[in-house]
Amino acid sequence: MVDWPRLKLSRRGVLAGTTVTAVAVGAPAFTEASAPPAAQPVPTASVTFSVNGRERRLALDPRTTLLDALREHLHLTGTKKGCDHGQCGACTVIVQGKRINSCLSLAVMHEGHEITTIEGLGTPDRLHPMQAAFIRHDGYQCGYCTPGQICSAVAVLDEIARGIPSHVQDDLTASPRATAQEMRERMSGNICRCGAYSNIAEAMADVAGDNA
Amino acid sequence: MRAFTYERATDPVAAARAVAQRPGARYIAGGTNLLDLMKLEVETPTHLVDVQDLGFTRIERTPQGGLRIGALVTNTDLAADDHVRRDYAVLSRAILAGASGQLRNKATTGGNLLQRTRCPYFYDTNMACNKRRPGSGCAAIGGYSRQLGVVGVSTSCIATFPGDMAVALRVLDAMVETIDAHGQTRSIPIAGFHRLWEDKPQQDTVLAPGELITAVTLPPPLGGQHFYEKVRDRASYAFALVSVAAVIQPDGTGRVAFGGVAPKPWRVEAAEALLPQGADAVTRQAFEGATPTKDNDFKLPLATRALAYVIAQAKA
Repeated sequence: MVDWPRLKLSRRGVLAGTTVTAVAVGAPAFTEASAPPAAQPVPTASVTFSVNGRERRLALDPRTTLLDALREHLHLTGTKKGCDHGQCGACTVIVQGKRINSCLSLAVMHEGHEITTIEGLGTPDRLHPMQAAFIRHDGYQCGYCTPGQICSAVAVLDEIARGIPSHVQDDLTASPRATAQEMRERMSGNICRCGAYSNIAEAMADVAGDNA
Repeated sequence: MRAFTYERATDPVAAARAVAQRPGARYIAGGTNLLDLMKLEVETPTHLVDVQDLGFTRIERTPQGGLRIGALVTNTDLAADDHVRRDYAVLSRAILAGASGQLRNKATTGGNLLQRTRCPYFYDTNMACNKRRPGSGCAAIGGYSRQLGVVGVSTSCIATFPGDMAVALRVLDAMVETIDAHGQTRSIPIAGFHRLWEDKPQQDTVLAPGELITAVTLPPPLGGQHFYEKVRDRASYAFALVSVAAVIQPDGTGRVAFGGVAPKPWRVEAAEALLPQGADAVTRQAFEGATPTKDNDFKLPLATRALAYVIAQAKA
């Protein structure tokens, strides 16, 4: 057993001690001789693209991702930020007809592009068939990954229709079909922490069946 | 992410000049790897040259009967190309085994060749890493090394090249075409494109500063059966522990390269000549001199078994 020295501490004492330490450590870094450089305003770059059929013009710090442009500048908060590193798929949007991770793309790189977010697929009054199918099949629990799942699902069925092959296809030269196995493989870039996967696959199969 | 300036290139030589003249400048194409690393400040470019308008988006036949793939052709478009699916199936299979649908829609042929290692110590800026900060040491050596390299590594870095596409390109003997700031072009055999780390792990490839990839060319089709067998922790969307790209001819001869094991796609021609003798003979020679750690020595038998599975499929 460890014999800890007896300490007499109070919250006030800890806070005061911390402050003193911070000042003592911090002080040498901010002497007049080595003052930190004044923050420079970041030059902005302008970009124009179309979001859900509406032309939008923005002046942005070039660092702004497409995801942040949509959420923070255009206030289209349907698209979600999950991992912000292209691993979870919550930020999936459709650009030029193809699904991408909006977190791994700079907004300024999308000059002239057509962007579709979950808000552009459907509205509460006029749901996209995939949105309706997700509701019908209970394809979500907390809902955070859902906009990305739905954008991805819509694009997946389009990819199958366009004949884009997948890892699980036995015959590469054949046209892919919207089987459960195909949809599971093609949706692997969209993570659902609640585990609604089986219902998502059923919602997709439902929509694929209607189109077949 | 550190601040940077951004320009959109309209001409390859001007782009090469813009990058060659500024030490902190980098190209950006799909951006799926670079932006990830910039957010973590593993990469800190001060200037980005966007190459998306340079037009390298075509796949065309070469006069030699091969294929010329523009550097900006996306992974999705390359894997879906009819000629590639029919004549270079190992390439389609490798691409489709990598990343996710979203990433493949953005990732480009040139960018994929330049993707950086996924060594966790390279990603963690608190850790020593000779690749990220030359001379700082290698925290992976003696650290958690399950995913890392078993052959061709050095005492300064045990990271792997993480990609799938390049492993197939190695089996196909692809050439990487480039242009530099003086307008000079050259063709680099894929075998010599990625470097072994040796004492300079910060340099992944033999490209000179500012040298720009314009295309990847494939020789005429090899025929045979094409395989890309990838073993990973999940059935989809994970990096390879071990992968095997192979083209097997009806007489049992063929070509084979391994991914997930070395700083570059690992192909040993003298080893693949032993294909008719079976997987054991091939991997014994291909992994001669391997220096696995106790965390990743499983990769050696795994490579043998993955290749044995490929050979069995070829015979079936």
